[in-house]
Amino acid sequence: MNQSLGARQHHLRVEDLTVVPPRHVWLWISTAVVLVLLAMVFWAVGTNKAYDWPAVGRYLFHPSILRGVVNTLMLTVTIMVLATIIGTIIAIMRLSPSRILRTFANAYIWFFRGAPALIQLIFWFNISIIMPQITLSLPGIGVIFSARTNDVMTPFLTAVVALALHEAGYMAEIIRAGITSVPPGQTEAAATLGMSRRKILWRIVLPQAMRFIVPPTGNEAINLMKATSLVSVIAVDDLLYSAQTIYARTFETIPLLSVVAIWYLVMVTIMSIGQHFLELHFGRSDSRGDGGGFRAALRMALNPMRGRRT
Amino acid sequence: MTTDTDPSLHAPKNMMVYARGVRKSFGKVEVLKGVDMQVPTGSVACIIGPSGSGKSTFLRCINHLEDISGGLLLVEDKFVGYDLIDDKLHVVRPAELCRRRADIGMVFQNFNLFGHLTALENLMEAPIQVRGLSRREARDRGMALLERVGMAHKADAWPRQLSGGQQQRVAIARALAMDPKLLLFDEPTSALDPELVGEVLAVMLDLARSGITMVVVTHEIGFAREVGDQLIFMDGGVVEEAGDPREMLRNARSERTRAFLSHVL
Repeated sequence: MNQSLGARQHHLRVEDLTVVPPRHVWLWISTAVVLVLLAMVFWAVGTNKAYDWPAVGRYLFHPSILRGVVNTLMLTVTIMVLATIIGTIIAIMRLSPSRILRTFANAYIWFFRGAPALIQLIFWFNISIIMPQITLSLPGIGVIFSARTNDVMTPFLTAVVALALHEAGYMAEIIRAGITSVPPGQTEAAATLGMSRRKILWRIVLPQAMRFIVPPTGNEAINLMKATSLVSVIAVDDLLYSAQTIYARTFETIPLLSVVAIWYLVMVTIMSIGQHFLELHFGRSDSRGDGGGFRAALRMALNPMRGRRT
Repeated sequence: MTTDTDPSLHAPKNMMVYARGVRKSFGKVEVLKGVDMQVPTGSVACIIGPSGSGKSTFLRCINHLEDISGGLLLVEDKFVGYDLIDDKLHVVRPAELCRRRADIGMVFQNFNLFGHLTALENLMEAPIQVRGLSRREARDRGMALLERVGMAHKADAWPRQLSGGQQQRVAIARALAMDPKLLLFDEPTSALDPELVGEVLAVMLDLARSGITMVVVTHEIGFAREVGDQLIFMDGGVVEEAGDPREMLRNARSERTRAFLSHVL
């Protein structure tokens, strides 16, 4: 051994030593299999007449479809804003020193997160059976406001109330986790500087909690946007309901469902890109310096790990 | 006799911190069992002692980060977390507690710089939010203080980008930004790599010479000897011995103090 090594040292210099990368035979085979399968899928989708791609093109920018897109977006934004406000209040209650407030917050989360969204939606749709009349009266002043429940609770409002209360259960947990992720030393340091509890929450704790709140909230927003398709059961003309109305008449079921899917994918992609930039903003004190940019945002948007519920 | 004029409830003249029989329990565990301490205005007191002796807890009682279970604890002859009304101690309103705390600075073992703010912004936050300074004033004052602790060149750095020693110097400047009359240090060099301890002690030495009152919980016996006006040894929730640092280090009265010092010297 020593001899052969010694012999080699004559003609092999250290600078000449190179590393040969290993061959990934199975990687190449599995890649080839996936490519073949993909080609078969595209061939099947492209050649099967039932998909009726010309019809998809015809309906993609149909006025009622576009109105459905706008309604779905409006529902999502309204519900998300309300859910974030209610969720923040519930989260702060959960962290309150008062046992009663904590218990109430726990019960809220247990109930509104636990009961299926579809059941809550139908329940609120039928609220007039329980409460035919909505009346606000103050002792000594009398009735201030009174109306028939069915006149107040339009399908759109019903959807907003039901899904906002449901979503707030999730948001409360996300915000609570975000707040508790900020080390207590931050609160103590702010307190010794004479900052009030409210200022500490808004200026010290929440800005740092955002780094932990934004990513799951982005997922929630995406899940919520898809979950708003549930409102088609109570005749809110969201994207899915608009498509259903058309194919109930024309029987072009598959092309219209394709249109719906395409629009949802477009909206989810845009939301994911927005989420990426939010994360960059709130993570800037990390400054690992890997930057962001459009390509990274697109990569995030196409990440199959997001938005798995519903 | 009204309690307001009862001399036993008042601190001697020119006494920044005055403690008599301060007790503190966490549940059933009594951590402070009657602490007596006097820190004259403008002096530096160093508290040493084994872990679990209650020295950090006592420090946190001074600015009411922890409430006390009993005893008398006054800063400039006033309670920090309470008001004495009709023989009873009432917990003060949150706004009033904030006002009183703003005059007592604190430096922590783990720095606790605000992670979402740059070094300079860390110094500007409380002066703007609590003292009502304009951004411009706060920025000018902040830069001057960073200059003083030798950190002006890192004004725009995030805390994460700074070494422990640098973070602690910024944290000291942040406490100074509120113009405190009393500065509390809770083991300010214990979380630092040995070669970074010196830069923080140098800043503290500079502060001590400027005449600000300081209470320092520390393991740096050398600092206590050179800078301290008073060395306080705590053990088992009481002050075992207090006195002139050089005298005490040379010739401690108590057996327990001598035993502790023989371990750390």
